[in-house]
Amino acid sequence: MENKLTIVVSEKKPKTIFEKIWDAHVVKRAEGYPDALFIDRHYIHEVTSPQAFDGLRKRGIKVFNVNRTTATADHNVPTKDQHLPIKEALSRHQVETLRKNCKEFGVELYDLGHPFQGIVHIIGPELGLTQPGMTMVCGDSHTSTHGAFGSVAFGIGTSEVEQVLATQCILQYKPKTMKIEINGKLGKGVVSKDIILYIISKISASGATGFFVEYAGDAIRNLSMEARMTICNMSIEMGARGGLIAPDETTFNYMKGRKFAPQGEAFDKAVEIWKQLPSDEGAVYDTILKYDAADIAPMITYGTNPGMGMKVTDRIPNVEELKEINEQVSFKKSLDYMGLEPGSALLGKAVDYVFIGSCTNARIEDLRLVASIVKGKKKAPNVEVWVIPGSKQVEAQALKEGLNKVFEEAGFELRGPGCSACLGMNEDKVPPGKYCISTSNRNFEGRQGPKSRTFLASPLSAAVAAITGKVTDVREFI
Amino acid sequence: MSKDKFTILKSTAVPLPVENIDTDQIIPARFLKATTREGFGDNLFRDWRYSSGDEPIAGFVLNNPAYSGKILVGGKNFGCGSSREHAAWAIYDYGFRVVVSSFFADIFKNNALNNAVLPVVVSDKFLQSLLAAIQKNSKTEVTVDLINQQISVDGKSEKFEINAYKKECLINGYDDIDYLLNLNKEVREFDLTH
Repeated sequence: MENKLTIVVSEKKPKTIFEKIWDAHVVKRAEGYPDALFIDRHYIHEVTSPQAFDGLRKRGIKVFNVNRTTATADHNVPTKDQHLPIKEALSRHQVETLRKNCKEFGVELYDLGHPFQGIVHIIGPELGLTQPGMTMVCGDSHTSTHGAFGSVAFGIGTSEVEQVLATQCILQYKPKTMKIEINGKLGKGVVSKDIILYIISKISASGATGFFVEYAGDAIRNLSMEARMTICNMSIEMGARGGLIAPDETTFNYMKGRKFAPQGEAFDKAVEIWKQLPSDEGAVYDTILKYDAADIAPMITYGTNPGMGMKVTDRIPNVEELKEINEQVSFKKSLDYMGLEPGSALLGKAVDYVFIGSCTNARIEDLRLVASIVKGKKKAPNVEVWVIPGSKQVEAQALKEGLNKVFEEAGFELRGPGCSACLGMNEDKVPPGKYCISTSNRNFEGRQGPKSRTFLASPLSAAVAAITGKVTDVREFI
Repeated sequence: MSKDKFTILKSTAVPLPVENIDTDQIIPARFLKATTREGFGDNLFRDWRYSSGDEPIAGFVLNNPAYSGKILVGGKNFGCGSSREHAAWAIYDYGFRVVVSSFFADIFKNNALNNAVLPVVVSDKFLQSLLAAIQKNSKTEVTVDLINQQISVDGKSEKFEINAYKKECLINGYDDIDYLLNLNKEVREFDLTH
């Protein structure tokens, strides 16, 4: 679909990129009402869409424009033997319901076995469906991932999925704006996952609630698209409505030639429009935060929300360091769950599982990063290591580059694409009480399986832990 | 689809003073496999409520016979994490119509409002006095008056914010699709130009 977005540049008031995109998509603004916002691109998956399709049936209406919605199956799918029927009855039913709904309503589905199937937030960008300047939603909080292209992308609930299917619009109040600037040079062993874990540890799991975040500064600018997606992906983990990064040459180079991106002359025209997107000089943000890239180290979480993170060499805070009594109670509950002592270090702590995957870190660049560390080495005997590519295309590329050989020799298990052990919904689960160092996005209680314990970290840190069998400072290893 | 109408609610309340209650706790992912909106209440707070052997965990408030009612009182940053609307469905299905906290995550707040569950944001101070009152006497009645945007307990009251549109929807049982379907003509034009 051709992107005909027009950005109004004649207005005198300087605008942020977020305001430019939002304002260009407001179908109706009325006093006292939320904005009716037009949605360019809608992704759906099997878990949060069945009740929405039911709603359409009950109302007797069709999907507004089937060309703007794309479906895939990712949350429930097994990562082994994907060619066989799904063993678990309820998961199978949910995926079959998606098939039935997509067929009935005429929505394109990248089903299990399709060469484009994969985690919804991995396939959208790699197919070029995700484009700068778009408004995008999905019934999944990590929809913020797509903001890496300079789009306004956010997660929604199922009632809202139904709204978008029925009307191509969503009713939303315009969030406040926050700019987070990271300037300077990243240290050795520090990658984009560490940047976002660092930011969340600074502002907490609710620090950006009510805001739409723009990430800026030269440390962000110097990142690849894959690395930018990792950062935007976790915007929701500090409560943000979404997070975005202004498009630039890195973005345009990534977009060029993608299957659903504009082609030829249309691409050049699109780039001219996209170049108008970055925030104007003098644009005003409700909040601005600035951090020095040099202060960021390889990060790890120790608690049960992504705000409970620290430099891998730090110690877990003591209870007394927390000011409020409520905070202390929740903090103690969290450490009890994790089986960790306040004031202790995590370095050297043995882990049982290593999970490399999820919409945060399962792109080809992540797999290359892991392979670069483990090449010629073997995993520690005490750990089980799962590498789950984000999509069929990532899997195919990994095979083409021979990364599968590297993983195989290291004793890692490379499986098929899906959400896998990120959310304990499919067959891949971390057993009760076990510790998993994970490249995913959430360390909530039971997230990776009932009573599982998660340490969130970068693919580099996870790869090193797979070799040593314990929490390790990657800087001592490279 | 019309939902329940909400004007005023008088009920006892259930205290759950934990901060950052994420939607994975409210309804774990393994229970998201249903294709309807009903029945999620059985698994509300599943892993806090039942042991791995499916035995009720005595210390958890939903298993405490002293506590019942249509109002759930939670700690700061209630409903963070996953966008799963199943969390709001589970809370509704269990029988709650109001969740009180000093701070809600955005997506959960929207999901709750879309399912006739009223999120009431109160000050930290009011939250503490509310928790103290219901923890002292589980039979304490709490009044949530949507028309006047006021929550009261033990003679103490506080006004709460809710946007005018969502208030109107809750009072009348309207939903967003009714409003958006009326914009069909304008949206068709957008569809051609965007």
